[in-house]
Amino acid sequence: MQGRKPEQVCLGIEATADDFGVGILDFEGKVLSNVVDAFVPESGGIHPREAARHHARVAGQVISTAIQQAKIQPEDIAIVAFSQGPGLGPCLRTGATAARALAAYIGVPLVGVNHCVAHIEIGKLATKAKDPVTLYVSGGNTLVSAFDAGRYRVFGETLDIAVGNCLDVFAREVGLRRDGVPFGAVVEKLGRKGRNFLNLPYSVKGMDLSFSGLLTAAITLYRTGKHDLEDLCYSLQETVFSMLAEVTERALAHVEKREVLLTGGVAANERLQEMLKAVADEHNSLFCGVPKEYALDNGAMIAWTGILKYRAGVTTPLVDSFVRLKWRLDDEDALWVTDKC
Amino acid sequence: MLIRKGAEASLFLEEWQGQRIILKRRLPKEYRHPQIDGRIRNYRTLHESQLLHQAKAAGVPTPVIFLVDLHESIIMMEFVEGKRLKEILPTLSPGKQKLLCKLVGRMIGCLHKNCLVHGDLTTSNMILTNDGKIVFLDFGLGEKTTALESRGVDLHLMKRAFESTHFRIAEKCFSAILKGYAEILGEEVTSRVIAKIEEIELRGRYISGRSEHEH
Ligand SMILES: Nc1ncnc2c1ncn2[C@@H]1O[C@H](COP(=O)(O)OP(=O)(O)O)[C@@H](O)[C@H]1O
Ligand SMILES: Nc1ncnc2c1ncn2[C@@H]1O[C@H](COP(=O)(O)OP(=O)(O)O)[C@@H](O)[C@H]1O
Repeated sequence: MQGRKPEQVCLGIEATADDFGVGILDFEGKVLSNVVDAFVPESGGIHPREAARHHARVAGQVISTAIQQAKIQPEDIAIVAFSQGPGLGPCLRTGATAARALAAYIGVPLVGVNHCVAHIEIGKLATKAKDPVTLYVSGGNTLVSAFDAGRYRVFGETLDIAVGNCLDVFAREVGLRRDGVPFGAVVEKLGRKGRNFLNLPYSVKGMDLSFSGLLTAAITLYRTGKHDLEDLCYSLQETVFSMLAEVTERALAHVEKREVLLTGGVAANERLQEMLKAVADEHNSLFCGVPKEYALDNGAMIAWTGILKYRAGVTTPLVDSFVRLKWRLDDEDALWVTDKC
Repeated sequence: MLIRKGAEASLFLEEWQGQRIILKRRLPKEYRHPQIDGRIRNYRTLHESQLLHQAKAAGVPTPVIFLVDLHESIIMMEFVEGKRLKEILPTLSPGKQKLLCKLVGRMIGCLHKNCLVHGDLTTSNMILTNDGKIVFLDFGLGEKTTALESRGVDLHLMKRAFESTHFRIAEKCFSAILKGYAEILGEEVTSRVIAKIEEIELRGRYISGRSEHEH
C-alpha cells in the first residue's frame, strides 16, 4: 500500500443507459476517481441489449481503472453502490451484477441507489446547493423536483418524451451530423445563428410538459423547405427552454426555495442556463449549474449517494438488489437529507 | 396592494366601486423571446377569462369577471372570500376531507362534462367559501376539449398535486375525488379516465417515450 491510509471509500457503478461509469469517493465527499465508458451505437437511437453487452465487456476494465486512479486498494472499499433504477433493464442488470460480484468479493455491503436522486445529490455536492429546486434534463429524463417532508417530490415531468430526446430526434430528422458532439450541442450551435423566430406549439400543463407535438411541428416546418435550419434550431430551443423555465419557475414559486439546480446532459446548454439564471434571479434564488462531469451520467454520483444512504443506515441486502426499471424519485424516503436550512 | 407574486402573474387586491377586487396581471418575462412571451400572456389572459365564464355556466363556481385588458394582460375579477383548500384541507377531520374532496371531484366532473378541462388543478387554485362552495381559480392553462387524454392529464395533475403537497392524505383524497367525479360522468367514462391516468403515469418516465421516437 502506498502512503495512503485506507480511509473509508465507496465505489459506485452507474449503468442505467448507454454509459458505464465508475466513481470512487471518500466519505467526506472528495472525488478520488470518476471514469466513464460510453457505448456509442453505430446507428441512431438506444439499443438496450447492445449497450448492456458493451457494459459487460468494459466493466472489469473500468472498475480497475477507477481503483487505480483513486490510488486505493480494493480492500479499502467500504461499500459498493450501484444504480438500481430507473433505466433500461439489460443495462441495469449488467451494472447490478458487477456490483454484487464486487461487493461479495471484497465482503462489503451493497447500496442500491436511485439514478435521479443521485443526479440531485452529486449536483448538491458539486455546487454546494443545500435545498434546491432541481431541473433534471437529459436524453431520458425531464423532471422538476424538490425536497419536501422526507422525500424528493416530483412537481413536474414530461408527459411524453424527454427534452434531450426531442432535440436529438429533431437533429436526426433534419439530417444534422454529430461528429462526436451530442446532437443537442449541434442544435445549440446552429441556433445561435438563427434570427427569425418561428412559432411552434407551446405545451405546458400544470407543471408538466409535452414535447412531441412541438417536435412534429418543427420537423413539418423543416420539410416545407421554406425555412432556414438555423432559424428552426433557434425557434425550437427558444420554445422548449421557455417551457422548461416556466415549469421551474412555477415549482420555485410553489415551494419557495432559494436555489435552482440545473443538471443532466441538456444542462450543458448555455441558453438554457441563461434562462434558468434569470428565473432564479427573479425569485431571489441562486442559480447552481452542475459542471458537465457531474451533470452527465457518472459513477461518482452513485458512489456519493451510496455514502449518504449508508451513513443514514441504509444498505441493500442481496435479496432486495433486483433492478427497478421504473423506480420513482419520490418512491423512497430520503433519510439522509436532514439539514433543511 | 400586491398580495401575491406567483410564477406567472402578480395579484393585487384593490377597491373598485365599493367592493374588493382582484387584479391579476401577467407580467412580461425578460428571459423568453418577446414573441413567445407576448403570445402566452395574451392567449392565457383571453383564454382564462373565457373559461372562467364557461365554467360558471357549467355550474362550477368561479370569480365574477369585471374587466379584461388584453393589451396589459390584466383580468379584473371578484375577490373571493374564503380559505384556500391547500391550507384548510390538512386541518379538517378525515370525514370532512372526504366530503370536500368528493365535492371537488363533482366540480371537476362538471367541467369535463361540459367540454372543459382546467389544466392546472391544485389545491392552491380552489377556495372554500364560508357557505361551503368551492370556487375554482386560474384557468389560464385550460382547454375546451372532451379528449380522453386531456381529461386524464387534468386528473393526473390533481393527483400529483396531492402527492407532492398533501402526501399523507393523497390516496384517500384522490379516491374521494374520483367518487365525486363518477357521480357526474358515470362509472364507464370514469373507468376509462382512470385507465388513462395510469397510462400517463407510466409514460414520460425513463426511456418509455424514447424508444418509440427513435428511428
Ligand atoms: N449543449 C447541449 N444543448 C442541449 N442538449 C445537449 C447539449 N449537450 C448534450 N445535450 C443532450 O443531452 C442528452 C444526453 O444527456 P445524458 O445526461 O447523457 O442523457 P441520457 O443518459 O439520459 O441519454 C442528449 O439528448 C444530448 O443531445
Ligand atoms: N379572485 C380571487 N379571489 C381571492 N383570491 C384569489 C383570487 N384569484 C387569485 N387569488 C389568490 O391568488 C393565488 C394565485 O392566483 P392564481 O390565479 O392561481 O395565479 P398564479 O397562476 O400566478 O398562481 C391563489 O392561490 C389565491 O390564493
